[in-house]
Amino acid sequence: MKIKGYRRANGAFGIRNHLLLLPTVVCANQVVNRIAQQVPRAVAIPHQHGCSQVGADKEQTHKTLVGMGKNPNVGGVLIVSLGCEVMDPRRIKREIEETGKPVIWMDIQDVGGSVKAITKGLELARKLLADIEQTPITETSLSEIAVGVKCGGSDATSGLCSNPALGRAADQILEAGGTIVMSETPEIIGAEHLVAARGVNAEVSRQIYAAVERYEQEMARMGVDMRGGNPSPGNIEGGLSSIEEKSLGCISKAGTKPLQGVFGYAEPVPQGGFYFMDSPGNDIECVSGMAAAGIQLVCFTTGRGTPTGNPIVPVVKITGNEFVAKKMEDNIDVDVSPILKGKETLDQAGHKILQEIIEVASGKLTKAEILGHQEFSINRIGISL
Amino acid sequence: MALETFDRESPAIVMHEKDNVCTLIRPVQAGEELIIDVQGQPHTVLIRQDTPFGHKIAIRSIQAGEHIYKYGESIGMASVDIQAGEHVHVHNLEGIRGRGDRA
Repeated sequence: MKIKGYRRANGAFGIRNHLLLLPTVVCANQVVNRIAQQVPRAVAIPHQHGCSQVGADKEQTHKTLVGMGKNPNVGGVLIVSLGCEVMDPRRIKREIEETGKPVIWMDIQDVGGSVKAITKGLELARKLLADIEQTPITETSLSEIAVGVKCGGSDATSGLCSNPALGRAADQILEAGGTIVMSETPEIIGAEHLVAARGVNAEVSRQIYAAVERYEQEMARMGVDMRGGNPSPGNIEGGLSSIEEKSLGCISKAGTKPLQGVFGYAEPVPQGGFYFMDSPGNDIECVSGMAAAGIQLVCFTTGRGTPTGNPIVPVVKITGNEFVAKKMEDNIDVDVSPILKGKETLDQAGHKILQEIIEVASGKLTKAEILGHQEFSINRIGISL
Repeated sequence: MALETFDRESPAIVMHEKDNVCTLIRPVQAGEELIIDVQGQPHTVLIRQDTPFGHKIAIRSIQAGEHIYKYGESIGMASVDIQAGEHVHVHNLEGIRGRGDRA
């Protein structure tokens, strides 16, 4: 089982060859967006942050931006800064350059305003694009792929069939030497004992319990019941009654192999084996965090139907809800609903998902990519000043 | 945590022998007699009210304060007495976790 992609200077393997336009701060979004409009083969990650941030919160935003640039699906990066923000463009450039990929930095105040920055940025983007499009396509084995497993807009079918089917595919990727990353800490609440039990040692299990405890303490601090936020109104309409029920249905998407470790939001994913990234369940923040961690592809199950994509990582949408598969076929890549009618086994559905992963990891566009879904969002952990 | 294959004819799924609810894979109407597969044995449930696809039905009576089990694990607690055949959802099931309102 081979996949096709791009070998980077540092040896990492990408399944896409994106030029990334990276604003260091919200104030640089408009310049970046104007450049992106005229360089359609580039992807942009406009965001709301980069200023009035301190401490761990500032570091997490920095880590996410750097991680997006370092992701092997990215061939080159154009950084656009304003000039007076908290994010340090020099440091971002230096850290992304550790991968050996071309990185150019342009500063709006330095260039002399939006119009000049757009003009200059266009030139630089086209130069970078011409450069990275020389990268040859090569083959490798599934052992070099890291797949994020995610669920969003869940309903009862998620726990019954689409998540367990994805789990079968996850096990096959792990058996081939690949990497699986599960995340969404609030969505293992009530099922954390089952995840922790898979830890390779006591420390890994402890980290799972500690991550869950932080979310429950936050609920206590706010004095709220998390139901209504998670499970969401759509989850509840789809039949899910509590976070425990949702979580117990969620965790099967990561297969059955031992949990090798837990790492923080947007931190680099280790290679080989099953890992947990401590992150909110929020679809966009979570997928963005996984992309910044370095996974190349996300498999995303949904029962309600969600369009979520990502600027640099293909997101494969899988549903076990036959009505959603028909009604939202624009957004769904793999329909595993025949499982519920006994017309397909979990193994057969898992195989179907694995085939889709191999095809997408070899260049086939997902529905989210075709539609241009490029949602990006950074998880904040502190206040704005 | 997952069944390998589902029964082609079953209108509802019971995930684990410990479970006291099933999940509907088609909508049901009040008065219907549902025959569901519980660990290979047919089990009859009289449906108490119209209930949509994907929602849960009690397969035996559950007392207020008792745990509600799905996947063989607790998904919360009955907030009132629930009869077999009744719709089980946010109106009669209280989540136990993430309850900052009770802290």
